[in-house]
Amino acid sequence: MFPNILFFILGAVLVCAALGVILARNPVHCALLLVLCFFDSAVIWILLDAEFLGIVLVLVYVGAVMVLFLFVVMMLDIDTGQLRAELASYWPLAAAVACFLIFAVINVIAVRHLGGAVLRSAPPLPAAYSNTRVLGTALFTRYAYPAQLAAIILLVASVAAIVLTLRGRRGVKPQDIAAQVAVRARDRVRIVKMASEKAP
Amino acid sequence: MISLPYVIALSGVLFAIAVAGVFLNRRNVIVLLMCIELMLLAVNFNFVAFSRFMGDIAGQIFVFFILTVAAAEAAIGLAILVVVFRERQSIDVEDLDSLQG
Repeated sequence: MFPNILFFILGAVLVCAALGVILARNPVHCALLLVLCFFDSAVIWILLDAEFLGIVLVLVYVGAVMVLFLFVVMMLDIDTGQLRAELASYWPLAAAVACFLIFAVINVIAVRHLGGAVLRSAPPLPAAYSNTRVLGTALFTRYAYPAQLAAIILLVASVAAIVLTLRGRRGVKPQDIAAQVAVRARDRVRIVKMASEKAP
Repeated sequence: MISLPYVIALSGVLFAIAVAGVFLNRRNVIVLLMCIELMLLAVNFNFVAFSRFMGDIAGQIFVFFILTVAAAEAAIGLAILVVVFRERQSIDVEDLDSLQG
């Protein structure tokens, strides 16, 4: 019973925080509410016996991705008042799409009972169950190649982010290393042969 | 133990809010990226819940990869955003129309 109560409280907070993310006027508030969403979700995942992913969500999302978001939000000096001028004109469409999506999900759950599959109670876990051990065993045996691909994706992404934001500064006089290395002695030094003068 | 339909309903509501956010925030690309993160979170909820209730760890492996790809996507998206802001001094969606011809 206690996990259920906790789940409902956390779910209510999660929905409120998500609404705050899309309705807040200031992008910094949006980012901080999204951090709340991620913390909340991490706790719900831990309630669902996915401890490792819950911690990873906090470490990766709150610790890295959201810090990046906040950094960019604060670095780009945006005029927040002007950005939200046309909020009102789009809201009926947004509400209609959201209502349709919620209706579709409720239809699948309540009317069709998830396609007839009876998954009302989770299978009991063994006494010595370790989520991290099971996940790691699967990740490094059956899903070893996908794990390598994920590593390559992260490498490419970090290189791409650096390449995209790297810029040559104007108004400074940097060294041209290639030209310096390629220079030869005969371009710089001219040896002049001339008759030596007689001593007086 | 939490029952599955509640988790699926919560994830559906979260996804619907995120989609509504994409429609509402037509003026700010950063909030659009945050809405995409919210959608991925909603999808991850489904994976985690079904992984637990069907007793199959593969769902959690997928969440792991989705987190990886989402982190990469956020890094590249924000890098593009910084470059766009540097070029135009604006991240208004309406201003980014140079491909319209």
